[in-house]
Amino acid sequence: MATEHEFDVVIVGAGGAGMRAALESSQRAKTAVITKLYPTRSHTGAAQGGMAAALSNVEDDNAEWHTFDTVKGGDYLVDQDAAEILCKEAVDAVLDLEKMGLPFNRTPEGKVDQRRFGGHTRNHGEAAVRRACYAADRTGHMILQTLYQQCIKQEVEFFNEFYVLDLILDGDPQAAGEDGEVAAAGVVAYSLATGEVHTFRAKSVIFATGGAGKVFKTTSNAHTLTGDGMGIALRAGLPLEDMEFFQFHPTGLAGLGILLSEAARGEGGILRNSEGERFMERYAPTIKDLAPRDMVARAMANEVREGRGCGPNKDYVLLDLTHLEPKHIDEKLPDITEFARTYLGVEPYTEPVPVFPTAHYAMGGIPTNVQGEVLRDNTHVVKGLYAAGECACVSVHGANRLGTNSLLDINVFGRRAGIAAAEYANATETTPELPADASAGVEQSVARLRDTVGGSGTERVAQIRKELQETMDRNVQVFRTAESLAEARDLVIELQKRYENIAIHDRGTRFNTDLLEAIELGFLLELSEVVIAGADGRKESRGGHYREDFPTRDDENYMQHTMAYKRADGTVDLSWKPVVITKYQPMERKY
Amino acid sequence: MTATAEKSAEAGAIPSMTVTLKILRFDPDGLDGREPGTEYWEEFQVEAHATDRVLDALHKIKWEQDGSLAFRRSCAHGVCGSDAMRINARNRLACKTLLKDLNPAKPIMVEPIKGLPVEKDLIVDMEPFFASYREIMPFLMTTGTAPERERLQSPEDRARFDDTTKCIMCAACTTSCPVFWTDGQYFGPQAIVGAHRFIFDSRDEGEWDRLEILNDKAGVWKCRTAFNCTEACPRGIEVTKAISEVKHALNTGEI
Ligand SMILES: Cc1cc2nc3c(=O)[nH]c(=O)nc-3n(C[C@H](O)[C@H](O)[C@H](O)COP(=O)(O)OP(=O)(O)OC[C@H]3O[C@@H](n4cnc5c(N)ncnc54)[C@H](O)[C@@H]3O)c2cc1C
Ligand code: SF4
Ligand code: FES
Repeated sequence: MATEHEFDVVIVGAGGAGMRAALESSQRAKTAVITKLYPTRSHTGAAQGGMAAALSNVEDDNAEWHTFDTVKGGDYLVDQDAAEILCKEAVDAVLDLEKMGLPFNRTPEGKVDQRRFGGHTRNHGEAAVRRACYAADRTGHMILQTLYQQCIKQEVEFFNEFYVLDLILDGDPQAAGEDGEVAAAGVVAYSLATGEVHTFRAKSVIFATGGAGKVFKTTSNAHTLTGDGMGIALRAGLPLEDMEFFQFHPTGLAGLGILLSEAARGEGGILRNSEGERFMERYAPTIKDLAPRDMVARAMANEVREGRGCGPNKDYVLLDLTHLEPKHIDEKLPDITEFARTYLGVEPYTEPVPVFPTAHYAMGGIPTNVQGEVLRDNTHVVKGLYAAGECACVSVHGANRLGTNSLLDINVFGRRAGIAAAEYANATETTPELPADASAGVEQSVARLRDTVGGSGTERVAQIRKELQETMDRNVQVFRTAESLAEARDLVIELQKRYENIAIHDRGTRFNTDLLEAIELGFLLELSEVVIAGADGRKESRGGHYREDFPTRDDENYMQHTMAYKRADGTVDLSWKPVVITKYQPMERKY
Repeated sequence: MTATAEKSAEAGAIPSMTVTLKILRFDPDGLDGREPGTEYWEEFQVEAHATDRVLDALHKIKWEQDGSLAFRRSCAHGVCGSDAMRINARNRLACKTLLKDLNPAKPIMVEPIKGLPVEKDLIVDMEPFFASYREIMPFLMTTGTAPERERLQSPEDRARFDDTTKCIMCAACTTSCPVFWTDGQYFGPQAIVGAHRFIFDSRDEGEWDRLEILNDKAGVWKCRTAFNCTEACPRGIEVTKAISEVKHALNTGEI
C-alpha cells in the first residue's frame, strides 16, 4: 500500500525554479518539495555565465531593449506579453537574489557587475550591451546554493530522492472540451531509498523538473535530465509546446559536450576554423562571435561540413582565449578553463580549446500562461496545475533562447508559479480526494520492471538509450531534413517496441537506480517522438530549428507554436497555437 | 592488465585498454543468497580509454555487466557533488578522476566515502552531513530594513570569502577527516567551510552567532589540522585555511 501525504502545494523539482517557487509558496501555504536529486545536485548548479537584467549598473540599458532582444533572439516565436514580464521583473529578480545573499561579482563601486552575452544589445541591435549579472562562471551554482540556503532558513519541507512518476488529474483533459473542468489532485512518487510508492494529495501541483537534454548523445545536460515532468504531462493527456526547438550551444568541449559558457566569448574569446580564420565575421558581421546561439552553432557545423574543421578528423573548431590575460581568465572564467584542462588536457592560456555544438536547452515544454498555470489546449487551464523553469514553455524563449535568460526565467516564473499556486490553494476549500487506485499505475510499472529481472527480456536499457541518442544526434541536431526526421522516427518507433522487451538487473528494493534508469528511458523515448513530430511538421527554418529542405523562415504559415498531444491510441497529434504579439512585428534576423 | 593499444586505431583515436576495478559492495536487501547488509569486494574488468573518467568506467559496469551496482551521479563534470567516493584510498569525485591519472596497470580500488552509514554499494546516507550544514545557519543574516537596490560590496570584500563559495557539498572533505571518522559529533570541515562563507561576507551580521556555534564542543577546536580535507576537496578550496581563519577569529575576536 502506498504511503499517503497531504499538502496544500506540492512542488516537483528542487532546481532554481522549484526552490524559487517554494520560497513563495511555503510562506503562504503548507508546501512540500519532492525531488529526485538532493536539491543542491540539481542542474541549475551547472549554469555558468550569468543572469540577464537591465540593471544599467555599467552602461545604459532598459527592460524594453531586453524585451526586444528576447523577441528577436527567439526569432519572433516568443509570446511578447510573457517576454515583457520577464524583462520587467528581471531587475527585481536579481536584486532579490542579492538580498538573499548571492555573491555576485562587483563593480569597483560595489554594485552587481555585468558583462556581455550573445544577442543582448543596446537600443535594438546597435552594439553588444553588458546585461548579464554573474558570479565568475558559476552563476547557477550560486543561485542554487543561495535558494537552498533560504529554503533551510524557511524550513521548507523536502522529500529528497523521491521520483515523481505520475500526475493525478480530476477530469480527462482531452475529453473535457470547452465547458468541462480539469483540476490537479496530486502526484505519485517512488522513494529511491526504500522502493516504496507514496501518494501526495494537493490542491496545487507545480512541475519544475528541468530539461530533457538526454534525448541527445552530445549534451551539456546531466545524466538525470530525462524530461520526466514533460513526459508525465504528456502521458496525462496534456499537450507539449514547441518541442522541436532545442538549443544547441556552440561551445561544448569537443567529443564530450561539457559546456564552456558563452561568457568565454563575452569576455573576448574568438572562434576559429582550421585556417585560423575568425569565421563568425562572415556569418554575423556586426556582433560576430556573440551572435545568437543557433546562428553560431550552425556556422560551426557548416565550417566543419565544408572541410574547415580542426583536429585529426576535422570535426571541431577552436575557441581561442590565448590573447586574454591569464589573470583575467582566472577571475572571470576559472571553472570552464579548468574543465578544458581536466577533460581535454588543453591549457587555455596558451592553446585554443576544441569545441563543437552540444544539446543544451529545451525551449519547448509544458505550456503555461504567465501565471504559470498549465494549459490543456490553446486556451483552457488545468486548475491548480502549474509549471515553471526549463520543463515549462510560457514562451519567453520562442525558437531560440538568449543566453542568461533561463536563469532569469526560473526566478521570475518560479516565483510567479509559487505565488499563484499558494493563492489558488488558499482559495480552494478542500483538498481533492485521490481515487483509490491512484498509485496503481506506478505500482504496476515498478512491479512489471522488477519482474523482468532474470526473465525472458533480451533488450538492455543502456543499449536502447545509446541507439536513441545516436540517432537523435545524427538526424535531429543542428541540421534537419524530411529524410533525416523520417529515419529518426522509424528508429524511435522501433526502439519503443524493443523497450517493451527489456530486462533490468536489479531486483532490490533499496536504491534501485537500475529500475529508475529504465523508467527514465521510457520518458526519453516518448519525448523524442514528440520532438521529431514537431520538427517534421514545421516546414520552415526558425531559430534552433533548421530544415535544409525549407531553409527560410515562413511567417505566413508557421509563425505559430506547435502543440503536440499523445492520443489514447499512442499516436502523436500536432496542432497550432497563435503567437502573442504586442509590439514587435517580425523582421529579418540579422546581426 | 597492461594497457594495450587497439591495432586498428584510426588516426587520432585514443587507444583503449582494459582496466580492473575492485569495488566494495554493500547489499542492503540480501539478494542472491546473501544476508541483508553483507559487505564484499567484487572485481570488474572494462574496456576504457585513458581519458575516460572513473565515472565512465562505473557506468560501463552498470550498463553492460551488472545493473545492480549503485552509485549517485548527475552532472558528470564535477559541479553537482553527487559522486564523491574513495578511489585508491583517496576521496575524489568519480567524474573528475581520469583513468590515466590512476595507473591503470593496477586494479582501481573503489569504496564508499567513510564515516557516513552505507546504504547500498557506493551510496551513503548524506543526512547527517546535511544536518551539520543546517546547524551553522547557512544563510545571510542582516538587521534593519533592506536597501532598495543591492547591498554594496567592494570587489576586495567580495574576494575575502570567494574560496568558500565554491563548495558543492560533496562531503569529500568531511569524510576524509580522521576526527570525523571517530567522533560523529564533530560538524566536520564542510560545515566550517559553509560557516566561513558567511562569517567573512561583509554583508552578513550573523557572524558571532555562527562563531558561537563553531566554538562549541562539536566545533572547530576538534580540528587537528590533518590537511586531509584540503587535499580531498575537488573544488580546490583551501579548507584548512578557512578553518584556521575561523579559529583566528575566535581567538582574537576580529574578523
Ligand atoms: C551547463 C549549463 C550551463 C548553463 N548556463 C546558463 C547561464 O549561464 N545562464 C542561463 O540563464 N541559463 C543557463 N543554463 C540553463 C539553465 O541553467 C537551466 O535551464 C535552468 O537552470 C533549469 O532550471 P530548472 O529549475 O528548470 O531545472 P533543474 O535545475 O534542472 O532542476 C530540475 C529539478 O527537478 C527534479 N526532478 C526532475 N525529474 C523529477 C522527477 N521525476 N521527480 C522528482 N523530481 C524531479 C530534479 O531533482 C531537480 O531538482 C545552463 C544550462 C547548462 C546545462
Ligand atoms: S569543501 Fe570541498 S570537499 Fe568539502 S564538501 Fe565542499 S566541495 Fe566538497
Ligand atoms: S556527477 Fe556531479 S560532481 Fe560528479
